[in-house]
Order: sequence, then C-alpha cells, then structure tokens
Amino acid sequence: MALPENLAYTAEHEWVAVDGDVARIGITDYAADKLGDVVFVELPAIGSTAAAGRVVGEIESTKSVGELYAPVDGEVVEVNEELVADPSLVNSDPYGAGWMIAVRFTELPTLLTADEYAALTAE
Amino acid sequence: MRELFADRHIGTDSAAQREMLASLGYASVDALVDAAIPSGIRQPADAVTSLPTAASETEALAELRVLAARNRVTRPMIGLGYYGTTTPAVIQRNVLENPSWYTAYTPYQPEISQGRLEALINFQTMVTDLTGLATANASMLDEGTAVVEAMLLARRASRSTSNIFLVDSDALPRTIALLRHRAEAVGIELHETDFSDADSVDAFGAFIQYPGASGRLWNPSAVVEAVHGQGGIAVVAADLLSLALVTSPGELGADVAVGTSQRFGVPLGFGGPHAGYMAVRAGLERQMPGRLVGVSQDAAGYPAYRLSLQTREQHIRREKATSNICTAQVLLAVMASMYAVYHGPRGIKAIAHHANRMANLLVDALGEHGIQPVHGLFFDTVQLRVPGRAAGIVAAASAAGVLLREVDADTVQFSTDETTTSADALVVLRAVLGDDAPTELGFKPVSRSIDPEHMRQTEYLTHPVFTTHHSETGMMRYLKYLADKDYALDRGMIPLGSCTMKLNAATEMAAVTWPEFANLHPFAPEADTAGYRALIGQLSGWLAEVTGYDAVSLQPNAGSQGELAGLLAIRAYHRDHGGEHRTVCLIPSSAHGTNAASAVLAGMRVVVVACDELGNVDLDDLRAKVTEHADDLAALMVTYPSTHGVYEHEILAVTDAVHDAGGQVYVDGANLNALLGYARFGDFGGDVSHLNLHKTFCIPHGGGGPGVGPVAAKAHLAPYLPEGDANPVSSAPYGSPSILPISWAYVRMMGAEGLRRATGAAVLAANYVAVKLRDHFPVLYAGDHGLVAHECILDLRPLREATGVTVDDVAKRLIDYGFHAPTMSFPVAGTLMVEPTESEDLAELDRFVEAMIAIKAEADAVGAGRWPRDDNPLVNAPHTAESVVAGEWQHPYSREEAVYPVHSLVHGGKYWPPVRRIDQAYGDRNLVCACPPVEAFA
Repeated sequence: MALPENLAYTAEHEWVAVDGDVARIGITDYAADKLGDVVFVELPAIGSTAAAGRVVGEIESTKSVGELYAPVDGEVVEVNEELVADPSLVNSDPYGAGWMIAVRFTELPTLLTADEYAALTAE
Repeated sequence: MRELFADRHIGTDSAAQREMLASLGYASVDALVDAAIPSGIRQPADAVTSLPTAASETEALAELRVLAARNRVTRPMIGLGYYGTTTPAVIQRNVLENPSWYTAYTPYQPEISQGRLEALINFQTMVTDLTGLATANASMLDEGTAVVEAMLLARRASRSTSNIFLVDSDALPRTIALLRHRAEAVGIELHETDFSDADSVDAFGAFIQYPGASGRLWNPSAVVEAVHGQGGIAVVAADLLSLALVTSPGELGADVAVGTSQRFGVPLGFGGPHAGYMAVRAGLERQMPGRLVGVSQDAAGYPAYRLSLQTREQHIRREKATSNICTAQVLLAVMASMYAVYHGPRGIKAIAHHANRMANLLVDALGEHGIQPVHGLFFDTVQLRVPGRAAGIVAAASAAGVLLREVDADTVQFSTDETTTSADALVVLRAVLGDDAPTELGFKPVSRSIDPEHMRQTEYLTHPVFTTHHSETGMMRYLKYLADKDYALDRGMIPLGSCTMKLNAATEMAAVTWPEFANLHPFAPEADTAGYRALIGQLSGWLAEVTGYDAVSLQPNAGSQGELAGLLAIRAYHRDHGGEHRTVCLIPSSAHGTNAASAVLAGMRVVVVACDELGNVDLDDLRAKVTEHADDLAALMVTYPSTHGVYEHEILAVTDAVHDAGGQVYVDGANLNALLGYARFGDFGGDVSHLNLHKTFCIPHGGGGPGVGPVAAKAHLAPYLPEGDANPVSSAPYGSPSILPISWAYVRMMGAEGLRRATGAAVLAANYVAVKLRDHFPVLYAGDHGLVAHECILDLRPLREATGVTVDDVAKRLIDYGFHAPTMSFPVAGTLMVEPTESEDLAELDRFVEAMIAIKAEADAVGAGRWPRDDNPLVNAPHTAESVVAGEWQHPYSREEAVYPVHSLVHGGKYWPPVRRIDQAYGDRNLVCACPPVEAFA
C-alpha cells in the first residue's frame, strides 16, 4: 500500500499536501482500496467554507458511500473537476490525479505523519 | 380423500425428516427445536389457540367464495387516485398469475434477472417519457408515500435553508394526512396553500397536485418558477394517464414528479398493491430513494441490466440513510409497463381521450340542465355544486351500481376512466337530474375541457418496445421471452437468507384476481366491502394471536413501513406519557440497515449497541448504553431470532433491561419463520413488531414487491397504530388488501399445528445444510447446542484468503450449477447466508449441498495452482451458451466443466444465464436508466 512520506495524514484516511496556506486534500490508497471501485464523487463549490471535522463531500463506490471530511478550517479554493468526470482516478492514482479539493486555511491543525498513519491502519 | 395442505407446503416428508434428523443426532423435530430455542421463551406446546382447525384447499376456497360474495362489485367513479382500468387478459395470465414472474426475488443477482430488469427499465422509460423528466425509479410503494419521499428529497437537495414545505390545498386528502404524519416526526413544517401567494412564503420546496384533487386542470408553471426563485424544489404529483394529453411536469419546469401507475392495468384491489413512481430532472438521480434499474455491460461487452446506485440504499447507509424504502412494487410495475407496451403510444392516448371524452359528455349533458362544473377545465374528474343534495345523489347512484364522491353536503364529484360506459354516464345523469335525465347520451361534438395551450405537444413511448408487441401472440411471446431469462422459484431453490423464499401455493393465489377482491375501490362504502372487512378482521386476529400481541394494523405496504409505523407509535406513546425527550433508539450493530433508517425517519437518534464474538447482543454494552441514556431512551430494536440466524439465549435479559429504563422494545419480525408456533414476540418482552407477510405468510416476492408489513402491538401502543385516517403510513386505509387472501388462505389451511410444523421443518432444513457443509465452509454463529435457527452463515473469508476466490465468484458459479445464490455479504461481509425454508424437499437440499461442495473443490484447485487465479470456472462464471461455443476455447478447463459441472444438468433442465458477469462499476459511472437503443444489442 503506497504511503508517500512527504504528505500528512488524518485518522479519516485522508492525505494533506501543504503548500503555503493552501492544503490539497485527497483520500489514501488504503481508503480507496477499502471503498473499492469509486463511481461518483461529490465535491463542494469553490468559495464555500470548510470546517475541520465536518463533511464537505461524498465518495461513492460500488460497495458503499463514504464521506470526505475537511481536515482544516478554511475556504475551498479549488476542486478537481477531472475527478468528478472520471471518479476512477481515486483508485488509479489516489495521491496524484485523484486529489479532491484544495482549501486555503488560517491555521493548520496537528496531522499524522506517514508512520503514525501506517500504525493506525495496521491495527 | 382428505389431505392436509401442510403436507404439500412442507417439502420434507417424515421419511426425509428422519434421515435429516439422523445426520444431526436428534430423535425428532421437536427435540431439535427444543434444543435450539431457549426454554425461557417457549410457549407451551398445548397452548389454547383460537385459530380454526386446518381447512383443506377446497374448503379454504369455498370459504373465500363466501367472503367474496359479501363484497359488492360496483362501478367506482370516486377517483381520489384510484380508477377503473382493464387489465389486459394476456398480462393477467402471463404476469400476475404466472409464477415465473410472481415468485422471483429482488434482482440482486442481475445475471439471472435480465427479464424483469428489462420490464422495469420499460417502466422507467414509460415514466420518464410521460413525465418529461430525465430519470425514473422502479418503483415507489404508492402515491402518498412517494410524495413524502419527494418532500424528503426536496429538503436535502434544496439550496434553501427554510424548514417549510408548501402543500397544495387541492391535493388528495389522504396524501395531505400522510405528509402531516411524516413531516412532524422529522421536524418539517407544512404550509397548506392554494398558491395564490406563493412568493410570500420562503420554503425549501412545494408540492402541487396535477390535476388537482377536485379535478381542476391548471398550469402551475408560475408556481414552479416562484419556488425555484427561492432555491426550492418543485414536486408535482401527476396523474400518469392525463399526461398523454396535457403538458408534462418536466415541461412545466418541475424537479420531481410522483404518482401512481395503478390505472395502467392494475386492479383496484380495495387500495393496493399498485406501483407508485418517482421521476427527477437531471442532477437529482443520486438523491432518489428506492430502486433504480440501469444499463451496464457484461464480461463480453454486451449491454446488461442491473440495479444501479445500490450503495445509496438504506441497508448500506444505515442511520445516514435519507429513506427507509427497500421493497418496491416490482410485479405491479411490470404489469403497468406491459400495459404501455401492449397499448403503445396511440393506445394510451386513445384511453386518455376516452376518459376525457366521457367526462365532457357528462358535463355537456348536465350543462343543458343548468348544472355547471365547479372547474371548467378538467381531465377526467369533475366537481358539481348541488346544494343540499350531495348525499341523496351519491345514494341514488350507488343504488344503481355507480359510486360517486361526496365532497361535502353541497358538492359531489365523479371521475371517468378507461372502463366508463354510456350506461355508467346515464346512471350519473339520472342520479343528478332525476326524471329530467336523458335516456341516451348525445353524439354531438363535445366541448373541450383542456386549454389548447395546455395540450401536450411532445411525443412519448417512442422506443420500439412500445410499438412492437401489440398482437396478443406478440405480447404472450415477449412475456415468455423475458420470463425465460429469469430464475424464479419455479426453477429451483432460492436460498436467500433473511428473505424466506418459501412456496407461494396456487390455492393461496387463486382469489387475488376474483372480481370481488380485485375490483373494489379503497373508499367504497362499508356496506359494499363487508367480505373484505371480515377477512381483514380474521387475519388480523390470527396474526395477533400467533405473535402474542393485542392489535394488528395491516396498512403498511412493506416491512420498512411497518417499522416506521411501530416506531412512530412508540414516539407518540412517549409524548402522551411525558416522555417527549425520549428519542434514543438502541440498535445492535448486527441489525438490518433499515432499522436505523426507519428510526431516523421516526425522529429518533440511533445509538449502536455492540455484539459479542458469537454475534449476540453484548449485554454489558447494552446495559451501559441503557444506563447512559436512561432518561432519553425511547426504544430498542432487536431482531429475533437475530440477523445472524441465531436464537439469542439472553433475549429476556435484553428486553428486561430496556423496560426497566422506561424504554419500549421493538422486535423486528423479519425472522418470524423460525419462531411461529414455538414462541411469541409479545411473550418475551416485545411491545411492538412488524411482520413480513411476503416472507413468513406466503405472499410472493413478485421480483421485488409487493410486500405487506403489518405492525402488531401490545394494547398500550394500539391507539397509535395506523387505523383508518389515524396515523397513516400508506395511501390506502388497508394498504394492499387484494393480496391478503394469500396469507389468509395460508393460515387457514395450515392451522396452528401446520404453522408449527413449518417452523420445525425450516429449522431442520437450515441445520441440515449447516451440518452437511460445515466441513467445507466454517459456519459462523450458532446458538444453544451449536444449532442455528432457520438460516446459517457460511464463512467464505478463509477460502478467499487461501485461494483468492471471492463470495461473488461462488455466487456466480452457483448459477452454472442451476442455483440462485444465497444472500451475499449480509449480515457479515464475505459470507453467504443460506435459508432453505420448509418448502424445499430433501433432494433439492442435497443438490445444493452437492453444488457447494463441488464449488469448494474447484476453489481448492485454484488455490493449488491447477487453474490460474484469473482464468478458472469461478472467476469466469456465469457461463452463457455463447461463451462456450463462440470461437476457439482457450480456457484451462473444459467446456463441459464450464456449463455442465454436474452431469445431472445435461438432462436436468439446465438454466442458461442470458449474460455473463455484469460490471457493476461501469453502470454506476455511466448512469443510463432508460431503454437502450435496439442497435446496442447488435
């Protein structure tokens, strides 16, 4: 299971790539594998407000419907329209083309390192 | 000669049962059940019963004839959502009375359900065409609940933050009552309005009846626009037949259209069952409740049908679900779709014209005597102002065999339909005009009751399927062609755990289509429906007795609706007893997802109770949760025997703990088939339950409905059950009465002793399968003495671990062996749950056991490397005939191994699946829910 060292992670199986005051967010390979074939992704509107721990989107697979939680407080500045058109990108490239949203945040909460996240999923 | 029906219903005779008992090590069925069911909850074997002694099939039919004779068949022109219609005989005989259609299950195994999936996609296409919207589902339970679901959809899809839903004051009274009952529980505020000031109220949505309940035909596009202006969702309940003549909801800008397809050839049945419908504009598909058939492709790339967006169903979403709908009305939706296939666009239009013309003729004749309709524009329903004379007119018409609607003391109303004749019209005229009435109807051109600007200009039913099968020969063959694609109980066992696919006996089915049961209007006067009321009274009494309750309501149209009715009763009871704050509903983690969804829709908060490693409710966790929520505990929902198919030993401790904290106990009756005659919910702590008549009491599954989910309760909850106009959960006061003779006949022919024997035989069959397969697949969960109840869970996870073969592979391979798969991955992912029921004989049980063992051996061969993991009979299953004859055979196993894995299939009625394995993800990513073009199948 791929787990890039340069990303931060959350207990909700999301990854966060921080660039200045913008956090790019997606779900982990582990989460994508658990969900199975992703068939539909619903993402928030650009300009909408994200609140840490609150649901901002929906990820539907042939097996279940998962939720996308905002890991940070802030404003949604980008959404991956290509992913909306081709949801299978979550499965084929979860850390790349399968990214979901970018949020401009004011404060970055404590996130998990790759090692800490690996320990979480090993349980 | 007198024979016992029970001996026909139960598949295993005493010799077979002796053999099965020997393999289990028990001397008798009673000894087996004694060991399985905890003694603390057993009812005494000699308990007094008020159930009559079992009648023979002949006697039961004779009694039903007597009951039928007490119903008076009239010409109902009451309307209110229920209209006369002629069921084409070819559809009645080949669908409604054909076990290939009525004994099938919900199409969860799409490869063996292509026939009814095609019929359902025809239904969806018919509805989208007529409503002018993008996507329709198949189907809703009835019109009233469809409106409720549309309201809930509107709330989640709307951009408005308002909590208000506008309701057309000219809507069907029953729909308004349902909305009130349901909206209150989820905190939605309703505003009734005539829409003259739609702009003034901020609302998340609005519901418009089109045409109005009064018959008024109007153009609501301005209202729709106003609703949209506030970010709201416009819901239109449209009469499907009227849409052949008037502008469709889609063209008026509606977001959602709902209604019923009853008048498309489905008998009135004193209220049901009928298929409701829902259609939505593009962008709302994923918000739609219920079941949606879509087009995907199979492993060979051919188009194939399947249920789409399955994961949005409540059984996956649980407490996050926004609807608790499971069972649909498949059999009735199939009938309605075939009515459109048989009549085609021109036929449907002609039928709509006839209804409209008869109403116009009546209005013209009345006008000549100075009686003008209240609304000058109408489709088929007309209101007349007759000061002080309404009751007299209704009585006079009824005496002549025609039923009218008495709106109030000064107003009567009639509705015309496909079946209305000149004679019927003359009765109406005579009732209104007395001796002034004409003795024949004129043939002069009639005045138009539809504004020319409002006439429909767009085409509908344009797909070739609606113009191809218009001869009876063609229709008969189309229905046979579709039925042949499907696997129903008329082919073999359907061992679906938690579904109870038992026999639906021919005698039980006989009365459904008798005119005295089929042709009664739900709002016919009491005097006309004495037979129905007697039957309903008897059946309710019997059901109350066998479950240990005091009152039964037969109104809920499915188990999910029974759950909701029961939870709403608990909610109302607490409110009347100072417990408004009691809103917590405890639900074990093993429960069916519908439980949680129903609780949410009843305004409750779900708290999950853990299960222990044996699958039982974790008593310590339960007690901790009860203590934690002691002040706000509303109820516990528990299934007995559990969804794991086990008689939990500690059930009394569970129900006591909840009662001690002031909570009510809801016992989910889905698994009643393992209990009947041996124990009663009401005796071990149940306050309220729903039963599934389409499981335990033999109503056929119809390919995914109809269902009947009566709610039964102790006396203290009885006042809160659906009854007449109080606490409604269905459009019709008695739900789906026309199929109640099925359950009535079952109980009448089994008697108390037969019901008990059936339970014993069902428990024996499940334990026999478990013991025969235990060495090949681990059996998950067992109760006292290592016994299961009426179903057993085979754990396939170790197999996957060892060989890579999945539950899906085994389920699809069973098709090659001539079986419908057991329930997949419920209640535990990676498992199969087997429920043989009492109706299968030993030979069929052994055939299944043999198939499962053979498949295990095949999987082991994959594990051992004899076949590659990506090319073997399992992963390629199911095999179509084409797949084994087309081109060069390049697989490492033979064609014989592919399609005749057991030699007996060669001469034993081999079932050939019409498609190969269907790609689930493809269909969900590329949502197509209408008939594909014919070229797609080339």
